[in-house]
Amino acid sequence: MASAGSHETYYVPEQTRLPFFASIGLILTIFGLGNVLNNIRASESSSFSTLIAVTGFLLLSFILFQWFSTVIRENHAGMNSDQLKRSYVWGMAWFIFSEVMFFAAFFGALFYVRNFAVPWLSGEGGKGPTGELLWPEFQAVWPVIENPNAAIFEGPHESMAVHEWSLAFFAKYLPFWNTLILLTSSVTVHFAHTALKASNRKGLIQWLSVTVALGLLFLTLQVIEYTEAYGHYGLTLDSGIYGSTFFLLTGFHGFHVTLGTFMLSVMLARAIKGHFKPDDHFGFEAASWYWHFVDVVWVGLFFFVYLL
Amino acid sequence: MSAAHDDHHHGPAKGLSRWLYTTNHKDIGTLYLWFSFAMFLLGGTFAMVIRAELFQPGLQLVDPNFFNQMTTMHGLVMVFGAVMPAFVGLANWLIPMMIGAPDMALPRMNNWSFWILPFAFAMLSSTLLMDAGAPNFGWTFYAPLSTTYAPETVTFFIFAVHLMGASSIMGSINIIATVLNMRAPGMTMMKMPLFVWTWLITAYLLLAVMPVLAGVVTMMLFDVHFGTSFFNAAGGGDPVLFQHVFWFFGHPEVYIMILPAFGVISAIIPTFARKRLFGYDSMVYASASIAFLSFIVWAHHMFTVGMPIAGELFFMYATMLIAVPTGVKVFNWTATMFRGSMTFETPMLFAIAFVVLFTMGGFTGLMLAITPADFQYHDTYFVVAHFHYVLVPGSVFSIMAAAYYWMPKWTGHMYDERLGKLHFWMSFIGINVLFFPQHFLGLAGMPRRVPDYALQFADFNWISSIGGFMFGASQLILLVVVIKCIKGGPKATAQVWEGAQGLEWTLESPAPYHTFTTPPDPKLIHAQ
Repeated sequence: MASAGSHETYYVPEQTRLPFFASIGLILTIFGLGNVLNNIRASESSSFSTLIAVTGFLLLSFILFQWFSTVIRENHAGMNSDQLKRSYVWGMAWFIFSEVMFFAAFFGALFYVRNFAVPWLSGEGGKGPTGELLWPEFQAVWPVIENPNAAIFEGPHESMAVHEWSLAFFAKYLPFWNTLILLTSSVTVHFAHTALKASNRKGLIQWLSVTVALGLLFLTLQVIEYTEAYGHYGLTLDSGIYGSTFFLLTGFHGFHVTLGTFMLSVMLARAIKGHFKPDDHFGFEAASWYWHFVDVVWVGLFFFVYLL
Repeated sequence: MSAAHDDHHHGPAKGLSRWLYTTNHKDIGTLYLWFSFAMFLLGGTFAMVIRAELFQPGLQLVDPNFFNQMTTMHGLVMVFGAVMPAFVGLANWLIPMMIGAPDMALPRMNNWSFWILPFAFAMLSSTLLMDAGAPNFGWTFYAPLSTTYAPETVTFFIFAVHLMGASSIMGSINIIATVLNMRAPGMTMMKMPLFVWTWLITAYLLLAVMPVLAGVVTMMLFDVHFGTSFFNAAGGGDPVLFQHVFWFFGHPEVYIMILPAFGVISAIIPTFARKRLFGYDSMVYASASIAFLSFIVWAHHMFTVGMPIAGELFFMYATMLIAVPTGVKVFNWTATMFRGSMTFETPMLFAIAFVVLFTMGGFTGLMLAITPADFQYHDTYFVVAHFHYVLVPGSVFSIMAAAYYWMPKWTGHMYDERLGKLHFWMSFIGINVLFFPQHFLGLAGMPRRVPDYALQFADFNWISSIGGFMFGASQLILLVVVIKCIKGGPKATAQVWEGAQGLEWTLESPAPYHTFTTPPDPKLIHAQ
């Protein structure tokens, strides 16, 4: 809180068209997407719905680009007091908290399924005979390879979990390499930050480029992993609860890595353009916070989805 | 007293663009409040269809599927469209004025939080006109009704929920940044009005649970469209998983709808009792305790689902604990009124009715918290009566109390006290005639969400319907009062209410378009 007497004027923007048109872009995207999904399900043509969704998304992206440019321009024009800058800091921090809670829902689902739902389905603890009556053959093992009803949900041939604890195995285990890549990238983004604070623009650009490259490498390996899963392991979205939790957890994480890589690329472009000062670079910091968050989520994933 | 008035200020823009493009917290507050009122009337219309069908046993007006669409849409529209936006509207109008801030911390995002909502609800409501019909699986959208057996419009329902979630998350981030960062010098945390405190805590609840709601509808989306089996036991999932994740959101959600109400009541009762609020500190701690407890009681909504006995016991005792901080609050409100010089203007009438009727809803909540008893009450009209007592004479009455209390500050005119009192008494009588008999219906075994019922339930049902129509019609009085008050009426003073405390009452009425561009004199805050 600012102390008495040292109060600068808090910049309150005049009216703006950005949010209203962002809402229109958003609703077109979402409504179009909803129709696309329903069209596919009903085996109808989805070209018109796709057009709506794409138009909406382009509008939304254009508006967001304008919006962020405006904010950056205002900061360069010196309109942002320290107090205003703190609002952005609080905003980003609590946004990341809400993202953590989004992942918590999926981790919670995984926890519940592994510890309760699947064991109970095989009759553990006498929790009602339904599962036993319907699917007496079902054995509770995690990862679930044989689903209770294999006629509806054909299980995978193999899971992505660690099969053996040997060096030879880990050397060829993509998730292990991805863990190393992401952990390293958290360090490199920190080096970029240190360089920025030391007014070392060359270092900033170099370390940031390395970080973006690592992000892209991670995503490439994940694409390879998914191709393997679908092609060789028979592990798909519709191969039962193991595939469901696996793909939604790693998929949403991958989506967040994509976003984070995009943010960092924007910061790289801005660094090359000469933005950021050693004492004023919250745009960069926000992106790097987001990157660390994505990293931490991955560590959780690596433990609970792959290792344990 | 308008310390916050210098000359370079612009008034509002002219015409429609003022409302579409505004960044002003007062304009955005007004937008939220009108939107909420529109949704209240829409959701109310759905409720009237329900009560009309239930007026007599047998199927008269609508077919059962449409009846289910009505119960579903009534719940969704009232929770996400009426109650939550109303409180966000109040927060927008009041928090900056109460803490001496020039506006909300992030004014452009504030506009975005609002304008997502009308589009989201347009999409949700448009499902009523689609061939497949609106969502019909209840506002709690339990799987597999909402996945395997859902109408195809479930896709739009899911996306509408995503949009509402995005709006709420941005709104809460804004409120947190405002309260933590924008307080005027001298406005320490423990000097903040309770409405600000309760909203700060509510914003944290929203941030913690709206993403979980987004998560659960995303799992539904994938179950429906991409063949996952989160909620399908045939693939190793579990429909009960849906209930756990949903209620992890759902229980804090009900406190999201009541904590700001506590803040409103804590502002109104001291004013008309002409005493300071009794036990300010304990009110803050009680609110925080309620918020904490709300995260560890969710499974009391699903006692009959087949949980292990340890779970049933834990959730029973944790739920009963909530009565302690809530009791602190009711005690404090009562103690504030004790030996006060009370007068009974409309806001105070609504506030007192809140204390009495919300407490009744709390008691039936305690009954429901007892696991073995809940096996009898579960999914009966007793539950309907319980949550309507906490939500209608609870949340909704507090919103009405707030509207009457601050309307002179917003419009610059006093509202019509005679009409206000008429509105109160009609609502008060209507609500009790509507919901009180539903306790008996539930105890006698009438299940919820049915369009037809056994003959022995007929009498209480027609009584309840009469109360419903009375309550519904009397809300039109509120519309008249608000429009009359905007158009004219006796000029309101800055102070408005003799006993009112707080920075907003140091501003002239109506409050200028921009207030506290420079922070108020710290002495003003100390004087409060």
